[in-house]
Amino acid sequence: MTEITILCPTGHLGFTPLEKDSFLAGCELKPDFIIADSGSCDIGPYALGADGQASPAAWQRQDLEIMLLAARRLGVPMIVGSASDTGTDRGVAQYVALIQDIAAEHGLAPFRLAAINSEQSVDALRQRLLGGMPIRGLDGRKDADAATLARTDRIVAVMGAEPIAAALGAGAEVVIAGRASDCALFAAPLLNAGLSPATAYYAGKLMECASFCCEPFMGKESIFGRIREDDIRVTAMHPGQRCTPASLASHAMYERRDPFRETVVSGHVDMSDCRYEQLDEKTTRASGARFVPAVQPMAKLEGSGKVGERRLAVVGMRDPYMIANIDKAIAWARARLTERFGAPEQSGWQVFYHLYGRDGVMGPMDPTPAMQPHEIGVVVETLCGDGTRAEEICALAARNLFYARLPEVKGTAGAAALMSDEVLTGKPGYEWTLNHIMPVSDPSELFRTRFLAVDGAARRAA
Amino acid sequence: MMDRRNMATLRDMASTIRSKNAGVDHITFDIIFRERANFERVRDAHVLSPAIVAGLLRIPESRVTDFVVFEPANAIKFTILRERPSGSPGERDVFGSQQYAPLFDVEVP
Repeated sequence: MTEITILCPTGHLGFTPLEKDSFLAGCELKPDFIIADSGSCDIGPYALGADGQASPAAWQRQDLEIMLLAARRLGVPMIVGSASDTGTDRGVAQYVALIQDIAAEHGLAPFRLAAINSEQSVDALRQRLLGGMPIRGLDGRKDADAATLARTDRIVAVMGAEPIAAALGAGAEVVIAGRASDCALFAAPLLNAGLSPATAYYAGKLMECASFCCEPFMGKESIFGRIREDDIRVTAMHPGQRCTPASLASHAMYERRDPFRETVVSGHVDMSDCRYEQLDEKTTRASGARFVPAVQPMAKLEGSGKVGERRLAVVGMRDPYMIANIDKAIAWARARLTERFGAPEQSGWQVFYHLYGRDGVMGPMDPTPAMQPHEIGVVVETLCGDGTRAEEICALAARNLFYARLPEVKGTAGAAALMSDEVLTGKPGYEWTLNHIMPVSDPSELFRTRFLAVDGAARRAA
Repeated sequence: MMDRRNMATLRDMASTIRSKNAGVDHITFDIIFRERANFERVRDAHVLSPAIVAGLLRIPESRVTDFVVFEPANAIKFTILRERPSGSPGERDVFGSQQYAPLFDVEVP
């Protein structure tokens, strides 16, 4: 019976450095594949829109180096998806360059690398839209139209297993993929081995976040999967962790709306009847997934667009009268801003007062009755298309708390404490403009694969 | 008035209470029980429902998009629509990871 083994060291490569000991313990078990995802939408829309990265390059390099050296020593393929947090073309190129550098530094023998790009041009999607192709909104969003695309700076499509499986089939020993469904990275080699899509994608769903599917809670520790048809065994590699039915099942529902369904380009995994059983101290077996092929394959699109320049200021308050009347002080400050800069919506600016100590974390969702804190911290956030104007608005939004006119204030030398009379330049503001799906005739049609021969020995000699 | 001093709460009974982004437009909440008996007691007491969690978070019930009893994990799970997509200007919690505290004090008869 076919059995494939997979070692997964991290649920988000580079985001914080992976833990080497449990990874090396996993390598002792001689996995058939080493696989990790490097992306997330959780970091917000800035990295995609501005084509930046959320993780420090040194940590990305460290994780890739540990994985690559092990994979080449063991002679097994390594798969990394959603390169450099977002999976844009820049991210793929960055990871390919890192792999080449690491190979050269260590004089690694030649190997074949596949780079799979998933970025989509806004113009290409505009053409599809003009050609009558729908771009359907997910999660209650409206379908995209020309205006949606006009607000979008950068787009990635999310690949399923197909392009990765094809790259492996063509002999790739290292795959660097653009934006990909986390589970697809794992499904690709399992599908190539002849396992069903149900087993392949379900195994990927269980393993994608590494030690998050084990207990007690630890990040960045390795897990080891032994996968046969409808028989997925996940083992914790850290000496202090176990994979239990409870930990594995609770991971199956992590960060998703529907705990019974995992959707990819070519269909969805139905996890309604999945079963979990403890096999040994550190291992749980999962089974019972079904795969429902899509009548029409749909590729998910993620898009981000810039909404303006951001500035920040920090202000504190200690006077109990000011704290009790903070809403009035803010209303007064907003009124002065409107007098000077015009109404926010018409004049294209926004101010957010984040009131830490009152409801800075939950805002209007916070049900806790307002208590009188003994001090309050205010982060003033402003947004405007023009950076100079954003700075001016932010300075006035903060200083107007200092000058707030309330009838009974005793501290007439200043109604607030300015941490420093300083406006901080924040990253530009972006928003997720696309969380959509689009019909495709072939699950691989949006993705572009190229092969490179990487010869570390030759590069070092050169 | 009922004496509530000894009433158990979700904080006492659940082993995990968490919130987290589910995609860019939603935050999902998981209440997970280590003891099957605790899970069944909460499930059967109907102290959580779309209307109740909407009230707790002071949002219209229409923003509660999913509510699931997930037997394999001894868990109750619900999901809400975000005020705006994660990480937009004005964001308070980009990962959605600190929105669960109001669930702690839900009382379980």
